[in-house]
Amino acid sequence: MTSTTQTASKGKSLDRKRLSAELSFWAFVTPAIAGLVLFMAIPMVWGFLLSLSRAQNTIHFGHFIGLRNYTDLLSDPDFLNSLWTIFVFTLFIVPTTFLFSLWLAIAVHNIPRGKAFFRTVFFIPTAVSYAAASLIARMSFFSGQSNGFANHIIGLFGLAPIQWIGTASPPWYWLVLVSVRLWLQVGFYMIIFLAALQQIPRSLYEAAALDGASGGFTVFRYITLPQLRAATVSVLLLNLIAAFQAFDEFYNILGGSGSSSGNIGLARPPLVYIYNVALSSQDFGRGAAGGFIITFIIVAFTLVQGRLFGFGSAKEGR
Amino acid sequence: MNSVANSSTPSMRTRREIIRTFTFACGALLTGCASSDYVDGKLVLTQWYHQYGEKGTFQAVHRYAREYTKVNPHIIVKVVWIPGDYGTKLATALLTPDGPDVFENQLSQAMVEAGQVAPLDDLFTPADLADFNSRDTALNSVNGKIYAVKMIDDMGLLFYRKSQFKAAGIQPPSTMAELLTAAKELTTSNRKGLYLGNDGGISALLNILPWSANTDFLVDNRIVFNNPRTVAAYEALVQLNRSGTLLMGAPTDWWDPSAFTQGAAAMQWCGLWAYPAIYKAVQDDLGAVIWPALDAAGVPVTFLGGWSAMVNANRPHVAEAKKFLQWQWIQNRKIQLDWCVGYGFHVPPRHSLAISTAKLQQPVPAYAVKMLAKYGKALPPLWSSSMSSDLTSALTNIVKLGHPAQQEISGAAASCRRELRRELE
Repeated sequence: MTSTTQTASKGKSLDRKRLSAELSFWAFVTPAIAGLVLFMAIPMVWGFLLSLSRAQNTIHFGHFIGLRNYTDLLSDPDFLNSLWTIFVFTLFIVPTTFLFSLWLAIAVHNIPRGKAFFRTVFFIPTAVSYAAASLIARMSFFSGQSNGFANHIIGLFGLAPIQWIGTASPPWYWLVLVSVRLWLQVGFYMIIFLAALQQIPRSLYEAAALDGASGGFTVFRYITLPQLRAATVSVLLLNLIAAFQAFDEFYNILGGSGSSSGNIGLARPPLVYIYNVALSSQDFGRGAAGGFIITFIIVAFTLVQGRLFGFGSAKEGR
Repeated sequence: MNSVANSSTPSMRTRREIIRTFTFACGALLTGCASSDYVDGKLVLTQWYHQYGEKGTFQAVHRYAREYTKVNPHIIVKVVWIPGDYGTKLATALLTPDGPDVFENQLSQAMVEAGQVAPLDDLFTPADLADFNSRDTALNSVNGKIYAVKMIDDMGLLFYRKSQFKAAGIQPPSTMAELLTAAKELTTSNRKGLYLGNDGGISALLNILPWSANTDFLVDNRIVFNNPRTVAAYEALVQLNRSGTLLMGAPTDWWDPSAFTQGAAAMQWCGLWAYPAIYKAVQDDLGAVIWPALDAAGVPVTFLGGWSAMVNANRPHVAEAKKFLQWQWIQNRKIQLDWCVGYGFHVPPRHSLAISTAKLQQPVPAYAVKMLAKYGKALPPLWSSSMSSDLTSALTNIVKLGHPAQQEISGAAASCRRELRRELE
């Protein structure tokens, strides 16, 4: 009898424990789920329904027109150009950022003294906003006037001032766009590589030395680089997504509010195109369709890259 | 039978209305619809302006708002002054239930079709209507109803210094060829001949150039710019861009007179609004012409631009907002005149006001008023911003990338026609 009561009370306390565990689970998880539903799921579904609607000057879906927004976009040369622009930009900026940040990380890692100082110095630009950096680039570094910084430097060598932003041949504006992005993002990826470099056990290098591996490059090629694989994959992946989402520097250097709109056509990334369609032309249906096309492209590229580098595969865990 | 054939059957309409109500409710929930329209028992009306650059404008609009409360003690007008990308911010606000009650903008047919603006025909007496510039009223009307009241008429002017023209032995340009010659003559090692904006005039002259060739864009619901005159007009801009006479990479764009007043360019395409600032710097040496004719078959031209006041149809106090707009922009002549010539210079859209002020009798403004009436051109409300961006892309390709003009213009015309069909559906 006693034992039965004990078991029952034990069972009750277990139930209570389970209940309180259950309750605390939901207490912690509900806000996150509510946030996801409110700010991710609903807008995504809403956006998808909008992309199937004619939604001019309205965000109400309901006037369904099938896939016409998608076909309109894919037959618009400006949109196709914008895809090409971002493709070329990504093809250039991803490897460049990768090489620069890896090189910086190795340099900072191997510096005998002042490591913290250089790490901070290279990382600080990450905290600068793209909009601010773009304006500095446009109005100060690469101003087209003879007193602009870049023009002043080339002036010392007796060269005539260059219109860095409005000139199409040669396309100097790419130099401005790329240098702003490298300036702001290389430090961030450097930190990822630096963390990974510090994780590599010393014993590996010692073993390599015992095995007769000599010369910096051999060690780098056979020890350092393979050990950086996880960091490399995440740098490439993050960088690729960031490149596809480029907006700020293009918008603020080539166009932007308070400046004339003729230059943005030189290199208009898809997000600027979508911004113009949705917010300037107020065609939210087409804007939403553009958003889904870009999402699809980013997902496709990420999957291909994941397949190439084996990111997220079982092998990765080992 | 008929109703079945119709694409918008009653049941479809109801369904759309239900979805509309649902989405609007969600929007209201997200933006927080708790904001009250009343403060201390007084109705608060919100009025939006874009940021005007001229000194004193900010204080002026707040003064106007206070004056209205003086004569209507039960209403407070809250002025919101928006720097930066006004058009985008306004358009976004108009999608929510919390948008402004009264705002300034340029009217588009899409705004009317989306039900964003309230008709204002009942605010005008026949005498008022006769006094307003009839072209402004036509541009602010869609399907015979007036949706906006013109506050100011803006126009473009090509500014120059008379002494520099005299020293170079040239006359104010009356054709594109003469303009090119003048720009070349006036270009020196530390001064460019002409400033048209940092994109080489692509956005500033997008419409002006074909107009100067005596052609147009959208007439009687038809796209009409795909012709040899537009080609010639845009090719003239290529020539200007290749001449080495254009100022580029200036800190301010074409609508700000700094490049001209600071002497970075000898001539600048800017607007009457900048006249007070330019006159202060240049005094009686200042000369101005409207954009010269492309050639013997062209016409000199300027744009009829500016801002109009509108009432948000989706706010709960449309009647009060309309009354306020009527007081400020139709009945109160003092405010209208102050706003037109008290800060920057704009042409009053009311004929009786335009002739009443001595400020517009000075040589350059007097010339400007006359030219605007004779040669001012504007785009109809049906011309949409996506048509503009199609055409801008084409002109960028022509000027910057050297693409053949005819091919680009045909392409832009085709996409503008598609846009137009979409709008007229």
